Amino acid sequence: MSENKADKYRRVAYYPGCALEGTGHAYNRSTRQLGKALGLDLVEVPDWNCCGAMEAKNVDPKVQTYLSARVLSLTANRLGMDVVMAPCNGCYHNLKKAEHDLANDPGSAEVVERLARKAGDPAYRPGDVETVHALEWLKAAIGEDELRRRMRGGLKGLKVANYYGCMYTRPRHIFPEKDSGPGSESTAKPHFMDDLLAAAGAENVEFPLKTACCGGAHTLSDSDMSTRLVLNILQAAEAAGAEVIATECPTCHSGLELHQVRAEKKLGVRTGVKIIYFTQLLGLALGLSPRKVGLQENVSDAREVLAARGVT
Amino acid sequence: MRSLAQIERCLAQLLEKGPQAGDAGTVLDLAEEVLEHWISARGGRPTGGRREGFRLLALHHQGARGEPSFNACRESCRELVYHYNLLTLEPGDARGGARALMMARLANHLYLFVAGKLQMERLGEFCCASRPLRTAAE
Repeated sequence: MSENKADKYRRVAYYPGCALEGTGHAYNRSTRQLGKALGLDLVEVPDWNCCGAMEAKNVDPKVQTYLSARVLSLTANRLGMDVVMAPCNGCYHNLKKAEHDLANDPGSAEVVERLARKAGDPAYRPGDVETVHALEWLKAAIGEDELRRRMRGGLKGLKVANYYGCMYTRPRHIFPEKDSGPGSESTAKPHFMDDLLAAAGAENVEFPLKTACCGGAHTLSDSDMSTRLVLNILQAAEAAGAEVIATECPTCHSGLELHQVRAEKKLGVRTGVKIIYFTQLLGLALGLSPRKVGLQENVSDAREVLAARGVT
Repeated sequence: MRSLAQIERCLAQLLEKGPQAGDAGTVLDLAEEVLEHWISARGGRPTGGRREGFRLLALHHQGARGEPSFNACRESCRELVYHYNLLTLEPGDARGGARALMMARLANHLYLFVAGKLQMERLGEFCCASRPLRTAAE
C-alpha cells in the first residue's frame, strides 16, 4: 500500500449507517474504539441519512442513488473530505453503486441533481469522494506490519473462518479498484480480513464459503431457505475447524447469529461456532477490554471460547 | 437427471456418512445435475461443453447468461472444481477426508441456492446483482 494512501486514510469521514445504530451497535462501538486505539481519526458525516438500503431501492433505484449520493455530497461539501469509510457492506455497496451510476448513467445524474436541488443540497459530483470499507481503511492506514507491532496479547492462534458475504465484492463492476493487481482485494477470493486477523495472531482456516449466499435479502420472505443456507455455512466453518466466524457486515452478522438460533429451534441442528465482528477481534488483540468492543452485545456469546484461548 | 429431491437425499447421505476422497466424482456429478435443473427450468438445453476443462463451469456460465444474480454461486462452482482437483491429484493426501467433506458442503450450498432460486427467482438479485427486487414499472 502506498505511503500516500496510508496518510490519506488516517483521517476519514465516517458513515456508520442505520444498522450500526441498531442491531450492529457492537460493530459501531468496536470500529470507533479500534480507530481510537490505533490513532486513526473518524469524523462522522453530519446529518447523514439512510443509504437507501433495500427499501428505497425497491421502490425506485434512482431514489436510492440520490440518498447515497447525498451522503457523499455531505462528505465533500460539508466536511470538505475526500474519503468516506462505511463499515456496513450494504452501505458500502450502495455508495459504490451510486458513484458508478452517477458516472455512467445520465438518467441517474439527472434525478440526483433534481432531488438535490429540491432538498437544497449541493448535488454530488462523481469522483469527489472515495468510498472505502472498514477492511480497506485498516489495511491501508495501518497494514499488517504496523498491526503486528501494536499487538498486546494477540489472538493466540484462535481458529477463524472469515465470512465476507456478497455485497463486499459483488457485482464486480462497481468495485473497479478490486482485482487490480498485487495488493488489491480479490472479488473471487477476498483476503483483507484474513490478512488483518492473521497479523493479529489468528489462524485462518480454509473456508471456501467466504462469499457464499446466506439468503439474507429473503430472510423475511423465505426464512427457512435462509436458515438452511446459513446452517450450511456454519457447518462448513465447523468442518474447517473454526472456533469463530469473523464478520465485517452487520447484516451478515445478525443473519448468521439469528439463523443459528433458528436452525436449532426449527431444524434441531445445533452448531457451536461463535460469530464475532473482525473489529472486535482486532480490538481484543490490541488489549481493549471485552466491554469496550461490545462483546456483551453479541447474540452469539464468544466469551467462553475467547477466554479459553487466553484472548480475553 | 435425478430429481432435486433425489439430489438432496444423495447429498444428505454423503454428509451423514462422511465423504471420502473417492467420492469427488460423485459430488461433481451431483453439482452438475443441480445446474442442469436450473438451465432446464428456464427453457434451456444444458450444455455438454466444458470451460477450463470442467462441464460444471460451462453449465454455470450458461446459467448465468442474462442473469447476473446467478453469479452468487460462481465461487461455489469454482471452489467445487478446486476441491475436485485437490482430491483427484493428491488422492493419498491425509487431508482427503476433510477436503471431501468441504466439497460436499459446497455442493450442498449450490443445491440450496439453486433450489431456493427455483422457488424464488430473485434470490441474489438485490445483493449480488445490485438490482431491486421489484421496480416501479411493476
